[in-house]
Amino acid sequence: MRFVPLAVAGLAALALTACTANREAGPSLGSQPRPSGSASQALPAATIELWHGFSTDAEVKAFETAIAAFSKKYPQITVKARKGVQDDQITQSIRGGNPPDVAVSFTTDNVAQWCRSGAFQDLTPVIKQDGIDLSVLPAVARSYTAFEGRQCTLPLLADAYGIYYNKALMKGEQPPKTLSELTALAKKLTVRDANGDIKVAGFVPASQYYENSAAHLGSMVGAKWYNDDGTSAIGTDPAWKTLLRWQKELVDWYGYDKLEKFRKSLGDEWSAEHPFFKGKVAMIIDGEWRNAMIANDPEAKKMDYGTAPLPVADDRPDLYGSGFTAGTVIGVPKGAKNPQQAWELVKHLTTDTDSLVTLSNALRNVPTTKAAMESPALSKDDNFATFLDIFAHPKTSTLPPSVNSVFNQEAFSTFIGKWEKGGVPDLDAGLKGVDKQIDDKLKLSGG
Amino acid sequence: MASLTHAAPPRRWRGEGPRALLWLSPWLVGVAVFFVYPLLSTVYFSFHRYDMYSLEFVGLDNYRYLLHDPRVATSARNTLWLVLVMVPATVLFSLTLAQLVTRVKAGAGLFRTVFYLPSLVPVTAGTIMFVYLMNPANGPWNQFLALFGITGPDWFGDPAWSKPSLTLLGMWGCGQAMVIFMAALLDVPRHLYEAAAIDGAGPWRQFRSITLPTIAPVLMFSLVTSVISALQYFSQAMIASRVASGATDSAGTAFAPGYPDESLLTLPQWLFQAGFRDYAMGYACVLALLLFAASMIFTLILLRQFRRAEEDS
Repeated sequence: MRFVPLAVAGLAALALTACTANREAGPSLGSQPRPSGSASQALPAATIELWHGFSTDAEVKAFETAIAAFSKKYPQITVKARKGVQDDQITQSIRGGNPPDVAVSFTTDNVAQWCRSGAFQDLTPVIKQDGIDLSVLPAVARSYTAFEGRQCTLPLLADAYGIYYNKALMKGEQPPKTLSELTALAKKLTVRDANGDIKVAGFVPASQYYENSAAHLGSMVGAKWYNDDGTSAIGTDPAWKTLLRWQKELVDWYGYDKLEKFRKSLGDEWSAEHPFFKGKVAMIIDGEWRNAMIANDPEAKKMDYGTAPLPVADDRPDLYGSGFTAGTVIGVPKGAKNPQQAWELVKHLTTDTDSLVTLSNALRNVPTTKAAMESPALSKDDNFATFLDIFAHPKTSTLPPSVNSVFNQEAFSTFIGKWEKGGVPDLDAGLKGVDKQIDDKLKLSGG
Repeated sequence: MASLTHAAPPRRWRGEGPRALLWLSPWLVGVAVFFVYPLLSTVYFSFHRYDMYSLEFVGLDNYRYLLHDPRVATSARNTLWLVLVMVPATVLFSLTLAQLVTRVKAGAGLFRTVFYLPSLVPVTAGTIMFVYLMNPANGPWNQFLALFGITGPDWFGDPAWSKPSLTLLGMWGCGQAMVIFMAALLDVPRHLYEAAAIDGAGPWRQFRSITLPTIAPVLMFSLVTSVISALQYFSQAMIASRVASGATDSAGTAFAPGYPDESLLTLPQWLFQAGFRDYAMGYACVLALLLFAASMIFTLILLRQFRRAEEDS
């Protein structure tokens, strides 16, 4: 049977192709000599490909405006932008050996994986080579763009989280500064009907409610996700217990079933039916981008609302003014065909004040450099300024990069879902269980 | 002696092997590329740590992790529930519907169309619609129940009701199976029923002794395909879970699959999660092999039962 060796050879060839598909690589950053003379003129002509996740017309237009400024500075470099790209597509392109020159991601969840595997190139050599001072970025923004000493991405724009409150529903009350104040105010502002069903909620404490994720809530108590060795700190950091007990107490006050029924009657987070727009919730945790959504909604823009930093644990007044932040990141994938030109674009988009201000003004996200935040050209009212202050606050926290970031968040989120429902009899044991899941997964991923 | 025990191939086959292989080659290539190669690759990768970028041999680590992964037991339990409850419920319901539709005299075409139509609705749209209809706060289904003084549950939000709700969704969309059963039922010779009726057999006896044995191959086909579909159950559970939770999935708010309380977490979902959300491809391969083995075992059990039933009858 001559067919058998032929088939085996074919299968072996296929296997080899599959295993080596990701080993194609273009020149790496910093490996080529830096052009002498004026950098903008000395770079050779090239067409570079940029993949990003912006998809609406307004977003794409704003991004193209920022790119146009780069093209004016580097007329010999043509930027071909592809919109609406997700992380999976970026990963597949890198693995297939045909990545874009520059890639933008809306989430920081994959940064650790990209940095550790080398899927995104370490920018440290060119940052040093070009004398870029990363201290222009808040420390928190540096932390979510690097992993294990590799600065494989830079922050493009940031999201900061604080409290939005509806002034009419607040009945003259000031926004809460501590969790106790938040509880008292939530109870005071809640309106129920004769059956005890919630008509207006002061604050919805359910973990499944829109932006109430563990990462966002954790910053209110200064909770720690990981130990220095990357293992889970959730079970050992008492701050998480403080947060969970506070949350459970408020859920119980509403009644879990009543709260779920109310939550499920609410409109979509991204639509005009958002309960904050409709006056059904007095206070919400949300990102700075909600300001733009309110301004763009014909009905909601009439609402009198305010913004404030997140309330903090009663025993941690030092945290007040801080919040949670994460954001859009940008980098040069492994195998980029024009890494030098790609780096110039990354550098322009992440450090050029005019570019950042243009993007921030159009997209209403937080610009990441101190110069851009202080630029007189940056449009800001009091409600938006709150988020600039939160982003710049030294105690503002983020979700630290981890190779299992998504898994870890999901494991904890599942646990919190059980906890708030009353399905966890022993909080300590439950949190230890979360630790075990995260640590076991870390081992599986190679530590 | 060798020539006696190992007879030479018949003369007409001599020299025709290569030609036969040539004719079979499209199929052989298809099997090799789309079945054998992926299967061998799955086994190969299951012994490796593979994050889509780098490959490292880790021996049995992925298999050891399988034994300690709490979500494997949870998702396997959920999948088993679907096999043991949803499959029989859906098959029985579609068989009953087919029985009724084949017997109805007036408006048969209308009934067939009405019962078949839901199976043409795309899975995503059908699932989202069901979740909205059964919304505990403002869904029309609970409002209808309230007219009779019944407080409807949180269908897709209560772990006790979430899988039964999916079963209802499956029953609603069983038009395809109903049509197959209809064809089988219409194929049963009428004179058998007439003879049985003359002998005094009632409807149940007729069904048990005539209908069931005659449509047994179709029933078996339906059961086997339904069991395999249940083992691969993914989209409806994922969508229902996501829509019912109302949770968002953006930076810092990763959505945990299986809402509520992981009651809708099926084995294929966990496999997808491991492979394409956590990039633990090696471990995902172990889960794929587990699923493959489960499919084989269930199919073999069903086939054996079917043969035994055939022999008995």
